[in-house]
Parts: sequence; structure tokens; C-alpha cells
Amino acid sequence: MATLRLTHTYRFSASHRLHAPELSAEENQRLYGRCNNPHGHGHNYVVAVTVEGAVDPATGMVVPPGALDELLQRQVVSVYDHKYLNFDVPEYAGITATTENMAVAIQERLRAAWPAGFPALVHLRVQETKRNSIELSVIEEVV
Amino acid sequence: MRLYGAAANPNGHGHNYVLEVALEGTPDAVTGMIFDLKDLKDIMNREVIDPMDHRHLNYEVPPFDKVIPTTENLAIEIWGRLAPQFEGTPARLHAVRLYETEDTFVDYFGK
Repeated sequence: MATLRLTHTYRFSASHRLHAPELSAEENQRLYGRCNNPHGHGHNYVVAVTVEGAVDPATGMVVPPGALDELLQRQVVSVYDHKYLNFDVPEYAGITATTENMAVAIQERLRAAWPAGFPALVHLRVQETKRNSIELSVIEEVV
Repeated sequence: MRLYGAAANPNGHGHNYVLEVALEGTPDAVTGMIFDLKDLKDIMNREVIDPMDHRHLNYEVPPFDKVIPTTENLAIEIWGRLAPQFEGTPARLHAVRLYETEDTFVDYFGK
């Protein structure tokens, strides 16, 4: 049976301030520059989620798109959209909301709620700006 | 209707599909190319664009009279049409990426 990769794209807008608690104010300013602005700043994020699996002969699809949309909406978009990540989203209480950390956190959010029988989550792409995105290959088996 | 939603509209609906084809191989020592892009264009037009462009897939493009023309099944069919075209050449079809919308695509590697 044929195995395909299916990629769906989701969008949310969120603000953040890049500020590492381990560093001094001057070091944060030097490292993050304008992204260290005390009142934060925002991005229109784009998240591309790739799953890999066999095509269901009955539906002709790897996964019903509505089911994937519902999972992303519940686990990510509804939690992140129009939020100040540092204050409004719990995982960023202790870590800086860089695109790198966001890709890992989004992966964990998806894995925690990954439905049984879903095709495997194999790749995430989190795009912060048109010039800046992070790719995360999901290596571990999703169970 | 519950599974496919608006995509199950009895009179159908359309997409502006975008197809990316990736070939793999060692460049020819004389031409420096894996495959001549003119020949690739001819193959694409003959095997995919001419038979599928501006068609009602379900009615006009077999096997989609019997197979549901999801993006997944389209990618598999396109692979099946293209892969044999490169036999006997230095090129091998590596991947077919079919965009149904800017936000949705499938990758098929022929396995």
C-alpha cells in the first residue's frame, strides 16, 4: 500500500519578548537586540505539519483533513493565537519563546494529544518571518 | 458529506494544482545534466498537463472514474505515469509533490 507524506499549514499571530533569565539585562540586549524590547513584539507564525502514512483505500486519504485541523486548532492555534507567549502560554514561563523552542513545544503539544490510529507525525516547520523558519524532524515513534 | 465536507459537493469543485517533480541521478559527463529540461517539459505536458488540465477528473480522467481524486491518489497516479518515462536514462524519479492549495500538499516517493 502506498505511503505518502501530507503537509497542512496553520497560522497564528502571537507576541513575545526574547529574554533569557540566565543573562543580565545588558547581555540580553546585546544578544537579542530589538527582540528584547521590554514590551514585546509580534509575528504572524506559519506552522506546517507533516504526517506520513498509508492511503486509506476507502477514503483515498492519509488522514481526514478535518481531524488534523481539529487537533491543531485545539492543541496549538487556540492556545497561541493572539496571545503574549511569555505571559499567556504556560510553557514559556521558564523558557524563551524563540522559534526553536516553539517548534519543540508545539511538537510536545501535538504528541501529547496525538490520536491513536493517526499517521505518524514526521516533520514540523515553524516560520516566524519569510526569512526565518525552523525545521524539526520528529524521529521518535509516535504511539 | 461528513468526511469530505464541502469537497463532497455533488457538482464538484476545482483547484489550481501545482506539481513539483524531483529527479535524481548523476549528471551526464558530456551535457552536465541529469535530464534535459526540454524533454522533461514534453513528458510533463504529454503525461500530466494535457490529460488533466481543465478537466473534470471524475468524468474525464481515468482512473478517477473509479478512484477518488484526492490529492494523495492524484500524486500516486502522476507517479505511475511519470516514473516509466525515465527508464533507460541517467535520471530516476525521486519525488512528486502535489499542492492542492498553498496550504496543503502531499509528497510521494513511489513506495
